[in-house]
Amino acid sequence: MSLAMNERPEEPGIVLTEEQKRRRRARSIAIALALGAFVIVIYLVTVVKLGPDVLRRPL
Amino acid sequence: MTDLGLHSGGLRFAHGVGGSIADYIALMKPRVMSLVVFTALVGMALAPVQLHPVLAVIALICIAVGAGASGALNMWYDADIDACMQRTASRPIPRGYVAPEEALTFGTILAVGSVATLGLVINWMAAGLLAFTIAFYVLVYTMWLKRRTPQNIVIGGAAGAFPPMIGWAAATGSVSLESITLFLIIFLWTPPHFWALALYRTRDYARAGVPMLPVVAGQDETRKQIVIYAALLLPVGLAPTIVGLAGGLYAVVAMGLGGIFLALALAIYRTREGRAADHAARRLFAFSILYLFALFAALLIEYALGGLFGRTLA
Repeated sequence: MSLAMNERPEEPGIVLTEEQKRRRRARSIAIALALGAFVIVIYLVTVVKLGPDVLRRPL
Repeated sequence: MTDLGLHSGGLRFAHGVGGSIADYIALMKPRVMSLVVFTALVGMALAPVQLHPVLAVIALICIAVGAGASGALNMWYDADIDACMQRTASRPIPRGYVAPEEALTFGTILAVGSVATLGLVINWMAAGLLAFTIAFYVLVYTMWLKRRTPQNIVIGGAAGAFPPMIGWAAATGSVSLESITLFLIIFLWTPPHFWALALYRTRDYARAGVPMLPVVAGQDETRKQIVIYAALLLPVGLAPTIVGLAGGLYAVVAMGLGGIFLALALAIYRTREGRAADHAARRLFAFSILYLFALFAALLIEYALGGLFGRTLA
């Protein structure tokens, strides 16, 4: 209880400027695009390495 | 905006500003990356075994990202030096746009990711060479040699010479005499390239405490060394033809380019005073970049023409 009374929830902490928010958003988009590109790379490698024979396996 | 300032422990850099995408691209030294990718492409194309085009593109991306990782780790470690030099003061860390630990994390993730992907997708010989190149550039050149010896870029230059060998290894899974000749060309090209720059940036390097050859041994000794390396580069430039990797067309181009390189080095040796001396050094520096691109382009063009005309050019 006393701990809760000592807390100061009204303090805003670190407040990002609009420019910092814009840059953070751009970085997040870039990371998402890089991850998406990595998934595509793995997909393409799988297709190239396995080739069409992967579809012709005996049932 | 920034928290850049001096304190007793040396330079202190900003935290939490948050770089833009352009800052992170700048951390990867895109101009160096372009040379790395191009020389790796040539090594890959000239190899006797051809990679599937999709795998070749992925291998080149891995090599490019590995080179970018080296650049980011170099900028992380050298941020204090970069802040003192006119040429590098506008890099993202000295300007306070990217925090040093962000650059360290960024570089480490790229290094591990590029080596692991190259190993899993292509082969572990190429991945091992890429890992060695990154480690050599960061640990041997940046952390050990750069601040200690005027031979820093002679030995450290090996890191920049590995990409064609990595390209070759990506295709063949091995290292051979042919790929070593490509390594030797870049290895011997690096010292005169950077010493020409250091000749007209001597005060910059001295202020930063980097023991480049002109700072430690003087400008005259540097001029002599530039001529020696340019003279060595001329015959080594012909080595691909001697080992059968290239033909007559390449040999003619290599002779011409090597001759110009040597002539510009001799011009530096003769012109020692005033603005003319600076001008001569700038001319060799600019030409040296063209030299390497043109030499490797000649290898690639001759190879492509050989494919068109049934390899009769050799």
